[in-house]
Amino acid sequence: MTDGKAQGEASDDATPKRKDGMDRRKFLKIAGIGAGAVAVLALGSGYLMNKIIPASQDPRLRGSSAQSWVMLIDLQKCDGCGACTLACQKAHYVPFNQQWIQVYTVTDDTGGTYHLPRPCFMCRNAPCAKVCPVGATYVDPDGIVLVDQTRCIGCRYCMAACPYNARSFNWLQPSYPPEALAHPYSPEDPYPVGKGVAMKCVFCAAMVRKGTLPECTRGCPMGAIYFGNEYDDAVTNSKGETIPFRSTLQTQGGFRWKEELGTDPRVYYLPARR
Amino acid sequence: MENQEEFDRLVAPIRKTTWRFYAIIAPLIAIVAVGVYAYYVQFTTGLGVTGMNNYVSWGFYISNFVFFIGVSHAGTLISAILRVSGAEWRKPITRMAESITVIAISIGALFPLIDLGGPLRILNLFAYGRIQSAILWDFISIATYLTGSLLYLFLPLIPDLAAIREQQVGGPFRRRLYGFLSMRWKASPGQKRRLKRGIAIMAVLIIPIAVSVHTVVSWIFGMTLRVGWHSTILGVYFVGGAILSGIATIIIAMAIFRRAYHLERWIKPSHFRNLGLLMLVMELVLLYFTLSEYLTAAYGSESADSAWLGSLAFGPYAYLFWGMVAGGFLAPVFILALTRVKSVAWLVTAAVMIDVGMWFERFLIVVPAMATPQMPVSWGTYTPTWVEWSITAGAFAGFALLYAVFSKLFPLVSIWEVSEETPVTEPVPRPAGEEVTP
Repeated sequence: MTDGKAQGEASDDATPKRKDGMDRRKFLKIAGIGAGAVAVLALGSGYLMNKIIPASQDPRLRGSSAQSWVMLIDLQKCDGCGACTLACQKAHYVPFNQQWIQVYTVTDDTGGTYHLPRPCFMCRNAPCAKVCPVGATYVDPDGIVLVDQTRCIGCRYCMAACPYNARSFNWLQPSYPPEALAHPYSPEDPYPVGKGVAMKCVFCAAMVRKGTLPECTRGCPMGAIYFGNEYDDAVTNSKGETIPFRSTLQTQGGFRWKEELGTDPRVYYLPARR
Repeated sequence: MENQEEFDRLVAPIRKTTWRFYAIIAPLIAIVAVGVYAYYVQFTTGLGVTGMNNYVSWGFYISNFVFFIGVSHAGTLISAILRVSGAEWRKPITRMAESITVIAISIGALFPLIDLGGPLRILNLFAYGRIQSAILWDFISIATYLTGSLLYLFLPLIPDLAAIREQQVGGPFRRRLYGFLSMRWKASPGQKRRLKRGIAIMAVLIIPIAVSVHTVVSWIFGMTLRVGWHSTILGVYFVGGAILSGIATIIIAMAIFRRAYHLERWIKPSHFRNLGLLMLVMELVLLYFTLSEYLTAAYGSESADSAWLGSLAFGPYAYLFWGMVAGGFLAPVFILALTRVKSVAWLVTAAVMIDVGMWFERFLIVVPAMATPQMPVSWGTYTPTWVEWSITAGAFAGFALLYAVFSKLFPLVSIWEVSEETPVTEPVPRPAGEEVTP
C-alpha cells in the first residue's frame, strides 16, 4: 500500500503542493512545537499548583513518622450499641445517611452472632489511594488515609476499589448548622464540604496528634475500642485502660478483616469468642 | 470525477433533504433535549437524583460508557483490520464504520464526565493526574483513540471533499466547510501517494490503539479487588465484546442508510453476509469467554464468587442474565449459523439482539459486582431513576442524531475508493447453499 521511501522522496519535488505553504518539514515543526507546548503547559500547571500551597501549610505533610496509629477492637466487649457511630457523626458533622464507623451484626459459621464495628481500616497498602486519579486520597505521615475534598473530582473509583465499603459519597449537598459552617475545612476534619465528593473516617487525625483518643474510642461505653501509637506498642480505651499492643494480638488471637487481600489494615480485632 | 452518475447518486443525500429527514431528527432532538435537561437537574442537585448509592456507586452511566466505547470498535475492525488484510470488499462500508467509531467515542467519553460528582474540578486531572490510576490510563488511551480515529476518518474524506467542493455542492456554509477540509487537494501524484501512505500508517496504528482502549476500560474494573471484576479474562472479554457490538452496530447502520439513501448498488447482500460471518465468529468467541468466566467462578465456588453468581443466575439480575445468554448470545448464533435465514432482515434482527444483549452484558459486569456484599451486610440495590433513563436515552438519540447529521454533511460511501478499479479476483465467500436474498 505504501511506496518505498526513496521513491517517495524523489517524486516529492515534482508535486506542486510545496507552494501551498504546508510541506512536511513545516508540518512536523508545527506539530513538534504544539506537542512541546502541551507538555510544558501540563507539567508547568502541576508545578505551579504545587507551588501555590507552601510546603509548611500543606496539610498532607503534617504529622510525623514518630507516630503510626493503630486501632484494636475487642469484639468480645462490643455489644453493638452504636454509640461509636453516634459520637463520630456528632463530632464530625457526618452528612446524613453516612456512617464513617458502622456496626454490623455478623452471623458466623457456627450460627452465633457478634457485632463488628467497621471504621476505615487505614490500609498501609490502601487500594483507594492507589486508584485515585488526582491524588485526592492520600496517606499522611502518621499512616492515616485521608481525602482532600477540594481536589476530589467525584469519580468514585475509590469506592469501587475499597474492599470494605468504608467510603461514602456526598450524593447531595450536606446541610450544616452555623457553627459547622464556620469551621475551617481541612482533610483531617472535613467539614463543611460540598456535594459530589468522597467521604470517610479520618481516624480523628487532628485530635489524635494532640493526644486525644478518637471520638469512637472515647464514645464506646464498653471500652471495646483501643487506640494508640504502634511505636509505643500500647493502645488505650475509653476507660483509660492501656494494654500492650503486639503481645495482646499474639496471645488473644488478633486478626484483621480480609487479611488475605494484602491491604495491610491498621485496624485489628480480637475475636468475639475466645 | 470519472463517473458523474455514481458521484451524483452518492452525494444526493447532501444535495437534497426531504421532510422525512426532519421527521426523523425532530424526535431525536427532543430526546436529546430531555437528556440535557436531566443532566441539568443532576448538575444542580447532585448525583443523589440518580439511583446510585454508597454500595452500588456506579450504574447506568458507567455501563453506557463501556457500551459506547465498545461500539466504537466498529470502525477499527471493518476499516483498519480489513484494510490491512487487503479485503477489497470493505470499500463501500469503511466510511460508515469509521464515522460510527468517532461518534461512539464522542458519546461514550461523555459518560465518565456525566458520572463525575465534581465536573467543575475536572481540570485537577491535568494539575494532579496520577499515572498510577487506571482512570488516567483510560483518559490517555481514549484521547489518543479519538484523535487517531478522527484522523483516520478524515484522511480518506479529503479526496471526496475536494470533489464535492469542485461540484459546488451545498450552501455557502457547507462550501466553505468543504473548501477548508479538503486542504487544497488536487489529486496530484504526490498528494495521492502521501494520502495512501497516511491512511496505511493510521490503519496499522489504530488497531493496537483500539485494543488498548478497551483493555484499559476493562482494567478500571479488573484492577480492583472486587469479586466479578478481579479477573484476567476481563481485558479480552471487553475487547471481544467491543468488536461484536461494533459489527452489530455497523450492520444496523448499513441497513438503515441503504434503505434511506438507496445505496443498494454499493452496499450489497455480500457485505451483509461477510459481516454476518464475522459477527458469528465474534459471537462464538464471546460465548466462549462467557463460559470461561462463569464456569471458572462457579466450579471453584468460593463463597463470594458463589454469592455473585447466584445473584446473576437466580437473583435480581436473573432476567437480564438469562436474557443476555439466550437473546444476546444463543439465539443470534442460531440465526447467523442457519444459511437459509441469512437475509438482510434476519441479519439485522440478530444484530439488534446482539447490541441489546451487549448492553445487558455491560450492565451485568458493572452493577451486580458492586451490589455483592463486601462486608457482612445486606445486598446493595440499584434502581435507576428517570434522570439516568433520560440521559441514557439522550445518548442513544444523540448517537443517531450525530450520525444523521454526518450523513447530510459527508458522503457515507467513500466515492473515490469505490470508483477505483475493483480487482477482478475479489474473494467473496459464498455459502454452500443459498444465495442471499435481500
